[in-house]
Amino acid sequence: MLRGAGRFVGDIAHPRAYYVAFVRSPVAYGRITAIDTTRARVLPGVVAVLTSADLQDPELVAVLERPNEEFVRTAMPMLAHDRVRYAGEPIAAVVAESRYVAEDAAEQVWCDIEEFAAIMSLDELGSSAAPIHPEAPDGVLVDLTMFEDEHIAETFAAASLVLEETFRSARVSASPLEARACLAEWRARDEQLVLHASTQIPHQMRTGVAQALDLAERQVRVIAPDVGGGFGLKCVVGREEVVVAAIALRLRHAARWCEDRRENLTASFHGHEQEYRVRAAFDDDGLILSLDADIRCDIGAYSVYPFSCGVEPLMAASELPGIYKVGRYAARARGFATNKPPSAPYRGVSRPQIVLVMERLMDKAARRLGIDRIEIRRRNTIQPHEFPYTGSNGITYEPGSYVEALDLCADALKKAGWWDRRECTDGRLRGIGIINFSERTAYGTSTLSMRKMPMTPGFDVSYVCMDPTGDVVVTTGTCSQGQGHETTFAQLVADRLGIRPERVKLRQGDTNLVSFGWGTWGSRSLVIGGGAATVAARRLADQIKSVAGELLEANASDIDLVDGNAQVRGVSGSQISIDEIAATVHFRSHTLKNSGEHLLEARGMADPSGMFSNASHAALVEVDPGTGDVRVVDYIVVEDCGVVVNPTIVEGQVRGGVAQGIAAALYEELAFSPDGQPLSGTFMDYLLPTASEVPSITIHHLETPCDQTETGSKGMGEGGLIGAPAAVVAAVNDALRGYGADIDCIPIHPADVLAVLQGTSAAQGSRLQETS
Amino acid sequence: MKDQHLVTIEVNGREHELLLDARRTLADTLREDLGLTGTHLGCEHGICGACTVLLDDQPVRSCLVFGVQADGHQVRTVESLADGDQLSDLQQAFSDHHGLQCGFCTPGFLMLAEAYLETEPEGGPQEVREVLSANLCRCTGYQGIVEAVTVVAADRREKAAVTQRAGDA
Amino acid sequence: MKPAPFEYYRAYAPAEVVELLTGLGDEAKVLAGGQSLVPMMNFRLAHPAALVDINAIAELDYVRREGDSLRIGALTRHRTLELSRAPEVQDGFSLLPRAARWIGHYPIRSRGTVGGSIAHADPAAEWCLLARLYDADVVVLGGQGTRVVPSADWFTGFLSTVAATNDVVTEVRFNRPRAFGALTEYARRRGDFAIAAAAVAFDVVDGRCRDVSIVLGAVAGEPLRVTEAEALVEGAEPAAPTWAAAARIAAAAIRPNADTYGGERYRRHLVDTLIQRAFAEAFASDASVSAASGIR
Ligand SMILES: Cc1cc2nc3c(=O)[nH]c(=O)nc-3n(C[C@H](O)[C@H](O)[C@H](O)COP(=O)(O)OP(=O)(O)OC[C@H]3O[C@@H](n4cnc5c(N)ncnc54)[C@H](O)[C@@H]3O)c2cc1C
Ligand code: FES
Ligand code: FES
Repeated sequence: MLRGAGRFVGDIAHPRAYYVAFVRSPVAYGRITAIDTTRARVLPGVVAVLTSADLQDPELVAVLERPNEEFVRTAMPMLAHDRVRYAGEPIAAVVAESRYVAEDAAEQVWCDIEEFAAIMSLDELGSSAAPIHPEAPDGVLVDLTMFEDEHIAETFAAASLVLEETFRSARVSASPLEARACLAEWRARDEQLVLHASTQIPHQMRTGVAQALDLAERQVRVIAPDVGGGFGLKCVVGREEVVVAAIALRLRHAARWCEDRRENLTASFHGHEQEYRVRAAFDDDGLILSLDADIRCDIGAYSVYPFSCGVEPLMAASELPGIYKVGRYAARARGFATNKPPSAPYRGVSRPQIVLVMERLMDKAARRLGIDRIEIRRRNTIQPHEFPYTGSNGITYEPGSYVEALDLCADALKKAGWWDRRECTDGRLRGIGIINFSERTAYGTSTLSMRKMPMTPGFDVSYVCMDPTGDVVVTTGTCSQGQGHETTFAQLVADRLGIRPERVKLRQGDTNLVSFGWGTWGSRSLVIGGGAATVAARRLADQIKSVAGELLEANASDIDLVDGNAQVRGVSGSQISIDEIAATVHFRSHTLKNSGEHLLEARGMADPSGMFSNASHAALVEVDPGTGDVRVVDYIVVEDCGVVVNPTIVEGQVRGGVAQGIAAALYEELAFSPDGQPLSGTFMDYLLPTASEVPSITIHHLETPCDQTETGSKGMGEGGLIGAPAAVVAAVNDALRGYGADIDCIPIHPADVLAVLQGTSAAQGSRLQETS
Repeated sequence: MKDQHLVTIEVNGREHELLLDARRTLADTLREDLGLTGTHLGCEHGICGACTVLLDDQPVRSCLVFGVQADGHQVRTVESLADGDQLSDLQQAFSDHHGLQCGFCTPGFLMLAEAYLETEPEGGPQEVREVLSANLCRCTGYQGIVEAVTVVAADRREKAAVTQRAGDA
Repeated sequence: MKPAPFEYYRAYAPAEVVELLTGLGDEAKVLAGGQSLVPMMNFRLAHPAALVDINAIAELDYVRREGDSLRIGALTRHRTLELSRAPEVQDGFSLLPRAARWIGHYPIRSRGTVGGSIAHADPAAEWCLLARLYDADVVVLGGQGTRVVPSADWFTGFLSTVAATNDVVTEVRFNRPRAFGALTEYARRRGDFAIAAAAVAFDVVDGRCRDVSIVLGAVAGEPLRVTEAEALVEGAEPAAPTWAAAARIAAAAIRPNADTYGGERYRRHLVDTLIQRAFAEAFASDASVSAASGIR
């Protein structure tokens, strides 16, 4: 990587591969009446121009197996035919000898589209004469009343304080720095379609491509080489990937596509566009008695394979109460189709929003009831002695350091002098936000089966093999994009085998090399993939010990593996090197008693139900009343992800996540014109924060070991992004405390801040409605 | 219309003669004609900096320069930094300070930082952050990158001072 | 995002540029730093049929003082000015290096040119503001030879100027040196084009402001001189109340669209703030101030 020798899909040399460019819909909604590709076809260097019909109308269907009232089944065509449902939707694919020529030709394809009025916000639902999917005339694709409580009305009637609030978060893009990319080739000798793709889920892509193109799974091999960031954008199967595969298959010629940034921002997958209408009842002591939530997610035009459009609503409703002991809970969660690109499970999936909701409720109640904001959280939080705690949402929370993390964070910010900095009088306004939350990580099949997907993800398998020289290869079905799995997996396996981590090599991301797996998402890899590898390594260690026992004439259970040797415990000098054992097993197996049965390889599997990591975040922000600008000037995270395998990697994940969370709170927003044209199609308009907008972040670790995993670790890939929006919003409200601020929508724009300062703050809600 | 030009570009100390379409960007020239795929493309409109290379020692966006424009000029890419197996001080610092995760932005940051460090800067954290704001990273939150560059700036200043003193003596 | 095909020509002298442009017709364009033109070509928002590359014309890369006029060759890179500590710049035009630091980022500044910026005529561009602030003249070589166009006549709206398609900008002459000057702006992120920008320049003679210029960026199709506010400051005491009064007038003078970023009310507030800050900064820092003060 540091030498420029990384191998991302776009870096793979393939001198003959054709380049694909997509012709995309110029309008948000309409009916295709004609496509004329003749002018494009005749350009020199153009190989083919293909429409959906040319490819036999491939499509993917991503459903939840629920009744039609709860989930409406819709299909996503790989190329639009008949209808286009968002601006940027692919209509045709141009195949040419260079990307330059492919783009020239794409400009020459002419589409006649009868335009319909686009549905761009939840307020416009049902307004169009032509519903986006005829199967769902009201636009509702998902409608889940997940929790009901007939007594909830009574608690509201009896409460000292009832808050009725609306929270919104804008549509955002994961924007990995490497956009999507793929290179497909039919290899006749292997009878296989080999698809290199920048993906988090090679095996699911294999299944999706095989399904869409009517191939056997063995006929598809998916390889994820280096992946330049994913964050959920790459844990779905994209239409372009399937189309490029179809092209390679049809033309029997390699074809490649690298998504450009405009496509990535306007025509890939989005997420996080949600609205929460919430009622919460509190008693005099600030205890939350009940919570009633109506959650609406704008999921865009299609249900995306394999997770479906149910991901955000399901997550939101099932996990909203979080670490707080909510007495009674009711929630309805819906997903609506609009004329925008479909949503994929972007990092955090609904948790940034639910944490924002709960933490705002705590701050609001604290202010209204005159209780300290840390104290009100302490009172409502699940206490250490209450674990395992089963909440009104039916979830059982295993031990975490909820109260401890909050106290440590409060203490850390005090020691860092934040309270003094907050009072500093230099014309700037400063505020502190402190929030606390837990996140479920590493969902296994027992938890995910409740979603009712036709394929239930969750487990993972790992093989660990030692070769004749004593080096080890580990395979995993997870698939990293910079999370440092090479390091952590090697460390885990090496520890179990008593060898140096340099001798362990991780293989991942190739469906031919790895039997099966569920990829990397949902903070699962280290815990599930690493867990499986640990189990396998332990089994391999047993095999080594058994051979060592025979060679050293000792009991296998008396053997320890340390520093590259197998040694008899307590008997100095009685040892043999592991390399020697490896050589013996492979080359001199006849000298062993059960010759031939000893091959040094083992398999492990892990499928935990999922465990809660927790964290407390604090943000110190500075508001410039002259411009409305908000800067995050300092940031503290106290996190507990169980036993930390590698602190550097954990901290890197936290920092990257916090940066994305700050972005969601202050900078990033995909805007559209009223007729559905994307307005954030460049990095000039879609504001990824730079090093000047992200402060340095101090991280403290707590370790509550997890008993579901071999290593005691919990997952942690998403927490940074989950906590940061809430922390920043709390801090901005605190900075504007003298002005009655009550900001509940993200991102917060400078104009929103000025509206508060000038006493015209109704502006924020309406602005978000206007632009979304 | 195909407008092609025969050009000579010195890349990482080696001269290359190439026949280029006028519209071929320097980034594509490096990546596809010379196989130097360390230079990445993250936006193709000048914002992300993943394509940053040094053109006559100045950092530029290679997505905004055409290959023909480099005719007769010198280009340095990330592939030039290490000396055989030996990582440069800057590369080593990125590794030590966890300045990368997925690594896609890394070559651009390395070249930007290399250009900056060659100006023998003061290198305070504030200035470093300001300079590094030219490029985007989606994974790290920047802290490791800022630390790496700050440390190398200090080290190189220190070394220069030692050499200077040695020279004076 | 690859550009459409074009023919490439490299010019070695200004006259050759004009000759080439004249021969190639309306669809040909000058290629300078490429920092504005090439992104537009990559997005295929610009489809020039031919480009005339002026980067080899070394004679257009210079900074020279002639009397009260600072002459900057069109091919001078932003970075050259940013780093300039030369007395001919510092004396009366010390704002230029400080202001240049607001332009994009280091790699943008090491490639983009002063002439390109003036020709491109983005109403948020620092050089365009500065040109109006210092009553610059734009020197143009065209089919009829050299013309000197006052910057007041140069800009004709968003991204448009009086230049003919075969004109090449050869020089920008900054006039009216003054002891005090500042440019300040607001953008969401470091290095982005300003959402609004304000630049001021003036002298102080016998405790009174003289020779005042105030220019706003990104609030209209072209950089906007606010003469009403200039008149108010002219002869007034260099102090906060003066700045505040001028800012109020300027904020009232702009005509922002309701649909521009943040809406009309927000724009006015921003302009008010930026003008006050520009004056305060200019007066606090006299002509010899370090480059760092241009940065927020
Ligand atoms: C990420 C990024 C951030 C930026 N931020 C800023 C910013 O904050 N402020 C700012 O002002 N600019 C900014 N820019 C633009 C940059 O300053 C450009 O360099 C400048 O606007 C144009 O100069 P150029 O030399 O690159 O011109 P080019 O892009 O080469 O040309 C621009 C236009 O001017 C014409 N032209 C160029 N030179 C001449 C000439 N001598 N005679 C006649 N016509 C000519 C061209 O034909 C073209 O139409 C940014 C650019 C990028 C990519
Ligand atoms: S690819 Fe050149 S700046 Fe992003
Ligand atoms: S390390 Fe992934 S973008 Fe920077």
